[in-house]
Amino acid sequence: MCVRLYDVIIIGGGVVGSAIARELARYRLSIAVMEKNPDIVCETSGRNSGVVHGGFAYDPGTLKAKLCVEGNQGMDALAKELGFRFLRCGKVLVGRTQEEYESLQRTMAQGAVNGATGLSLIGRDELRRICPEAVGEFAMYSSTSGVLDPFGYTVAIAENAAANGVRYHLCHQVTGLSRRDGLWHVQTTKGAYAARYVVNAAGLGCGVISDMLGITGYRVIGSKGDYIILDKHTGPLLPMPIYPVPSNTYMGIHVTNTTDGNVIVGPNAEMTEDFAYYGVPQRNIDYLAESASQIWPHIHKQDYIRNYSGILPKWVDENGVIQDFKIEMKPEIAPNAVNLVGIESPGLTAAVPIGRMVARMLRECEAFEENEAFNPVRRPIVRFAELTDEERADLIARNPDYGEIVCRCEQVTRAEILQAIHNPLGVQTVSGVKLRTRAMMGRCQGGYCQMRIAQMMEEELGLPPQALISSREGAYLFEGEMRKGGGCA
Amino acid sequence: MRTIRHDAVIIGGGPAGLAAAAELDRLGVHDVLVIEREKQPGGILRQCIHEGFGLARYGEALSGPEYAQRLIDELTSRGMKVMTDTTVLSLSQDRALTVVSREGIARIEAGAVILAMGCRERTRGALAIPGERPAGVYTAGVAQAYMNLYNRMIGRRAVILGSGDIGMIMARRLTLEGAQVEGVYEIMDTPSGLPRNISQCLDDYGIPLNLSHTITEIHGGARVTGVTVSAVDAQLKPVPGTQRYIPCDTVILSVGLIPENELSLEAGIALDPRTRGALVDEHLQTGCPGVFAAGNVLHVHDLADDASLEAEAAARSAAAYLRGELPCCGVSVVCGAGVRYALPQRVSGGQDVPLALRVSRAMGPCSIVLRQAGREIGRKRVIRALPAEMIHVTLKADQIGGCEEIEVSAE
Repeated sequence: MCVRLYDVIIIGGGVVGSAIARELARYRLSIAVMEKNPDIVCETSGRNSGVVHGGFAYDPGTLKAKLCVEGNQGMDALAKELGFRFLRCGKVLVGRTQEEYESLQRTMAQGAVNGATGLSLIGRDELRRICPEAVGEFAMYSSTSGVLDPFGYTVAIAENAAANGVRYHLCHQVTGLSRRDGLWHVQTTKGAYAARYVVNAAGLGCGVISDMLGITGYRVIGSKGDYIILDKHTGPLLPMPIYPVPSNTYMGIHVTNTTDGNVIVGPNAEMTEDFAYYGVPQRNIDYLAESASQIWPHIHKQDYIRNYSGILPKWVDENGVIQDFKIEMKPEIAPNAVNLVGIESPGLTAAVPIGRMVARMLRECEAFEENEAFNPVRRPIVRFAELTDEERADLIARNPDYGEIVCRCEQVTRAEILQAIHNPLGVQTVSGVKLRTRAMMGRCQGGYCQMRIAQMMEEELGLPPQALISSREGAYLFEGEMRKGGGCA
Repeated sequence: MRTIRHDAVIIGGGPAGLAAAAELDRLGVHDVLVIEREKQPGGILRQCIHEGFGLARYGEALSGPEYAQRLIDELTSRGMKVMTDTTVLSLSQDRALTVVSREGIARIEAGAVILAMGCRERTRGALAIPGERPAGVYTAGVAQAYMNLYNRMIGRRAVILGSGDIGMIMARRLTLEGAQVEGVYEIMDTPSGLPRNISQCLDDYGIPLNLSHTITEIHGGARVTGVTVSAVDAQLKPVPGTQRYIPCDTVILSVGLIPENELSLEAGIALDPRTRGALVDEHLQTGCPGVFAAGNVLHVHDLADDASLEAEAAARSAAAYLRGELPCCGVSVVCGAGVRYALPQRVSGGQDVPLALRVSRAMGPCSIVLRQAGREIGRKRVIRALPAEMIHVTLKADQIGGCEEIEVSAE
């Protein structure tokens, strides 16, 4: 039987797997990413707060601390290179009691050891000045913290990897790994592949894949957090994320501004063994609002536009204590494999440094030839909503599809939606279009535009109506046509 | 950028916008521009293929598209056109609009503006319905568009949350297309839609209406697999122990309409938190001079006739404004006991004014009472008052004395 052979197969196409793929694409290698979902931001990479962390919250000497600081420092250049939205807006951790003040002093000191810059303890007046609506007597201000668009960021890294030759296999869940004749044989739900090297970047699936590699014994638990998204009316009231004083293990429920002007509230943290359940219970919605209202008093039900949840894969020891990122090679058990376990927060911030670290580890096994054709620059979809009227006029003159507004809430045009439908990764889901354009993400949640987008997808991709899915396999939108060949839209 | 000037610009080509345009022309204002973002005028009427429209205006029961066509035909016969495929990006206090279409960006200066943008549906996210987020949860209007305009069958077994009119109409529609509708669940103890729809869309098809019930969880990782419904108490909180699981593949939400006032807000036009539409005087003029509002963008109507008749009133005011003949309105109208909202919020006292209002809860035989400074200046007896049914009362000019506020209450 003939199987497709690659130099490297990366299991998991989230932000970490894609960052690894992009770093490896700097060398002359054939690289594939196996992604079990129909898109790359279906799990942890797309379900989080979108905060770029300063690196002060982690124990000194850990990979979390080191890679987070490195990721934070490189974010401006990366955002420019890849064209995703990033705001270095800073953030505050607000407190009221003496105990909290002392805790923030310890966090400051830890941050200094970690190399996190831009940290200061500020009083009430300064807090009022930089973040007027925050409630607290004092705060720790981290000027280097920020927020990014987690969808745009992950997609940008992946698309740049793909543009540099990385092959994305979507809907390919890895079901088995075996080593024969000096190669890794990778069984997936869509066929068999082989590779000289494999990388486990499976996120929530890291424990399962680690076991398949033969590196057993890791205990990975999920920490599920729920969120509420608020209307853009609330955006001007929140210039930067507001956090409570963190405990040892958990950042606390915070309010976060997004790069698009919304506010998100959350997350709580519940341990879970079910890595596929993203339901949000009523009690958590109420708890999030109540808890976060203590640090920011503008959470009102009339501004809710959506809720969501995400799960972080946490590697814990036998006592349940959360461990550092594990990024390892175990040649005696699993030669030519890099195993990543427990890549949770700050994985979003640290993704590219993680990618560089994995590339370095593989280069220690073998001297890869430089890929001179590697182009680190990616052009994003030009967004009508962000342009001046003059720029808009120019763009429409060149491409009239930019003159047709499809999503009214977020002002997304037909041109942008067409580019997202024909995205470089070949993602064919409705939410794929949503995450790439913001269409259907506004206050009407697609009430106006989803019909037209569904119709465009059917036409552009030649899909029958029953083949259209929202985000997961089985998430069909339609039973089919009601009447053969009918319709008047 | 091109700059164009028109005497009157109407934003929205639904029943309100089209009716306003024809009325302006009738009154001698011929330089009228109607801007519509869709490919065809007609607005939401286009997807309302059920009949029952036009009883007041035309004296017959028309379907939505037929009703829209009457309005369009009238404009055509007057030589008027609707600018379709064009979206208004911004509106300013001095009535300058920025619009975009495939032809480019243009600036339009208007002598008067009539806001007729209609409304949008309240969504699942706005209600924060707990549970997973599978495919198969549709607002009633989206379901209606998919079925009636796009020829898409959206599901086989549906549960309907909310007893809004479109939800009940979709319950019937789904049943006629062979789907099983498990029931309508309404959190309040009274239906939010019209009695005629309960009778014609639910009772006639054996679809149960469950009052004081709501969906407390949506199930399904990919597509909807079911919902949990619970009874609620007087505070609308789910009653423990009443949960019931209903297998279904589709959830239809008919839980309220919200006037679409994003443009108005950006223009700095003050809204009434009760209606979520603009604050208007008896001329339906907003706080911004020369900008009028009518139809569902002002407050959500029960009938397209009411929306289009209101828009004609706004058109008459706009014509008077263009002639410089609009008196100012100094008397406030406020809501008293039992009244959810009353429109307009300001009157001049110079002419009789039709007030539109909704009660905040269902009442049997009662009176709508108008008082100024404690003195009764009007009363209308009704045999019943439902939040779902708009009530009209005339405020008589000769009864108004002075500029103290007028209070409207239901007793």
